[in-house]
Amino acid sequence: MTAVAQAHDSHDDHGPVKGIRRWLFSTNHKDIGTMYLVFSLTMFFVGGAMAMVIRSELAIPGLQFVHPEFFNQMTTMHALIMIFGAIMPAFVGLANWMIPLMIGAPDMALPRMNNWSFWILPIAFSMLLSTLLMPGGAPAAGWTMYPPLVLQTGDAFPFLIFSIHLMGISSIMGAINIIVTIINMRAPNMSLLKMPMFVWTWLITAYLLIAVMPVLAGAVTMLLTDQFFGTSFFLAAGGGDPVMFQHIFWFFGHPEVYIMILPAFGIVSEIIPVFSRKPLFGHDSMVYAASSIAFLSFIVWAHHMFTVGMPFTGQLFFMFTTMMIAVPTGVKIFNWVATMWRGAMSFETPMLFSLAFVFLFTIGGFSGLMLAIAPADIQYHDTYFVVAHFHYVLVPGSVFAIMAGAYYWLPKWTGHMYNEKLGKWHFWLSTIFVNLTFFPMHFLGLAGMPRRIPDYSTQFADFNAIASIGAFGFGLSQLLFVWVILSARKGKLATAEVWDNPPGLEWTVPSPAPYHTFETPPNIGANIGFEK
Amino acid sequence: MIRNAILSLLGLSLAETATADWAFNMPKGITDLSLETYRLHMMVFWWCVAIGILVFGVMIISLIRHRKAAGAEAATFSHSTTAEIIWTSIPVVILIMITIPTAETMVRLEDSRNPDISIVITAYQWKWHYKYQDEGVEFYSSLAHPSLAARRKQSGIDPFSVENYLLEVDHPLVVPRDAKIRLLFTSNDVVHAWWVPDLAIKKDAIPGIVNEAWFRAKKSGTFRGQCAELCGKDHGYMPIVVEVVEADAYEAWIDSHRTNTE
Repeated sequence: MTAVAQAHDSHDDHGPVKGIRRWLFSTNHKDIGTMYLVFSLTMFFVGGAMAMVIRSELAIPGLQFVHPEFFNQMTTMHALIMIFGAIMPAFVGLANWMIPLMIGAPDMALPRMNNWSFWILPIAFSMLLSTLLMPGGAPAAGWTMYPPLVLQTGDAFPFLIFSIHLMGISSIMGAINIIVTIINMRAPNMSLLKMPMFVWTWLITAYLLIAVMPVLAGAVTMLLTDQFFGTSFFLAAGGGDPVMFQHIFWFFGHPEVYIMILPAFGIVSEIIPVFSRKPLFGHDSMVYAASSIAFLSFIVWAHHMFTVGMPFTGQLFFMFTTMMIAVPTGVKIFNWVATMWRGAMSFETPMLFSLAFVFLFTIGGFSGLMLAIAPADIQYHDTYFVVAHFHYVLVPGSVFAIMAGAYYWLPKWTGHMYNEKLGKWHFWLSTIFVNLTFFPMHFLGLAGMPRRIPDYSTQFADFNAIASIGAFGFGLSQLLFVWVILSARKGKLATAEVWDNPPGLEWTVPSPAPYHTFETPPNIGANIGFEK
Repeated sequence: MIRNAILSLLGLSLAETATADWAFNMPKGITDLSLETYRLHMMVFWWCVAIGILVFGVMIISLIRHRKAAGAEAATFSHSTTAEIIWTSIPVVILIMITIPTAETMVRLEDSRNPDISIVITAYQWKWHYKYQDEGVEFYSSLAHPSLAARRKQSGIDPFSVENYLLEVDHPLVVPRDAKIRLLFTSNDVVHAWWVPDLAIKKDAIPGIVNEAWFRAKKSGTFRGQCAELCGKDHGYMPIVVEVVEADAYEAWIDSHRTNTE
């Protein structure tokens, strides 16, 4: 590993400029990565605060704190902020920081666009959050924005559409940048199949983003013209079709859920081999599995719509393609388990989060398989069973993977080790509370509780109380995460390798990673650690 | 017993004891198709449990035995074509085994031919309108008054003191037992969804579109459901109540509710 020598010490004059200009005008992938990550963490707490409002209201039957219209604003904004503000920017932040380091590139291919794609986000989310103060309140029709309901939004409506356009533009620019960087700037001798899994999954994710974000932009633009310019794309009274919106939305929406999980697959595929001290099992089949999942994600969208009234053959098609996703997803899980098998595992915080990811994402995968069964989905659809399912794949799925990645690479970013004991506390508290929050929701859904309701019948009281306790515990545990990150400043100094003989180019540069790295491409020869 | 043991293994042993079966699992319902749906649900659930035991079992064994702290030495293998072929093809076979009975149920779900009674259900923000197509009976059905009073923010009324809180309506839908009932759904404003778990029917009511579903109730009694598609501020307050009665009671009910005497 240490065969790759670094010679960049002589360029100290290339350090960052001082003050606000460093961040505002930054074209440095590390600074931009940091800004993405800080932004994402901020949005995680904003969206989390909204989740706390939701769980407070739902803790006991009856309406105690908020009116139903505000409750709907909270569920809608919670989803939009967590999806577009917390999870997606966190992955882009990790991509910015790590992809150039992992492929031996000096920076992202398009640094100025990189700056722009980040700075659009605070603008978009300020605008989205400002709708909370507008007449009629924030958007309240759910993040899926189904018409005609979404057209009943008050003054917030055009701001909602415009902020989604901005988020889409930001994502597309980020995705273009990542693709161009990966395709053109890999170190000599790093063939595509030698790329680390995180780089691979991000390459696939970036193509998904470019394919579907314009579709979302088109759908919301049609909403905009329906509202203000007299068109009737989705209005039955004018000859339009409300169901068409759902088809277009979910053509975006289903690849979107893989946009939020493929980079997570990449992160745990980096971490599990290191802490198992064994190469990743089936590197190439992991690549093919991720590609198959990406392909299938385009032909399963109507499984979100089994209750809209679809022809039998349509239901059968979307049911079977959806079930097929279980095959490549299973391959990935089996490969992770096979990586651990006969390894020599140790359980530092990144590994703990990755192991919990494998366990709990699999549970989310199981409920996903159940949801694919069209007749059963008629019972599950739009209930808390669905809420349980997608929170299992997004919280102990995507979010845990992001946290695993944050602990894994933090020493590389800061040059200091975090407090391992506190990290483990954070892990165990998060894992216990995340299950306490979301597991009872399976039962609620099966027992008949619809989602997106501010109040419920008394037979649902017990599980809701448990879920609310879990949610508050999970929310508070995340304050510990912030403390672990901040207190890492005083942690002991990290070595360049940080962990026990990790593969990958990012561990060949010093910790903290210098402001400029790989100004000359590294000579990686025929081997990059474990990857081949 | 076995099921309890497995559920607790997976960490889901909560509240098995005092509650009736339906309180945390899908109801078996009162139609042949609702029972079939329940069985499909349980079939897939048990497949998931079996696969889970296998995968998590191997993982847990590995976590115990292949620890560095326990002195494990790491192997170096990273490929096994045989293993990969096995764990790609076996899931495909399992999926096909799941699909076949599911498709059979789906065929029956679609067969709404030759109904005895047709009822047009029109959704409004935030109530239901029922129209018996050939009987000249129609009425609105909305949240019953006791719930209406208790649902207000800080109403001071304990929801536990209200019978069927949020699940009671002023005018329930009344249907005869053992008759084939066809439901036609549409909406007057936004998208709603009519859901009664015991009938295993959830269908979107969409403006400009007429959807259909059918059921044949095997049991009489009162069955409750709710709107399942977010439809605005009072989405949580438009319940559904279906009363299944004997044929003669149904005739009497229809006669007393006929509004126009042609």
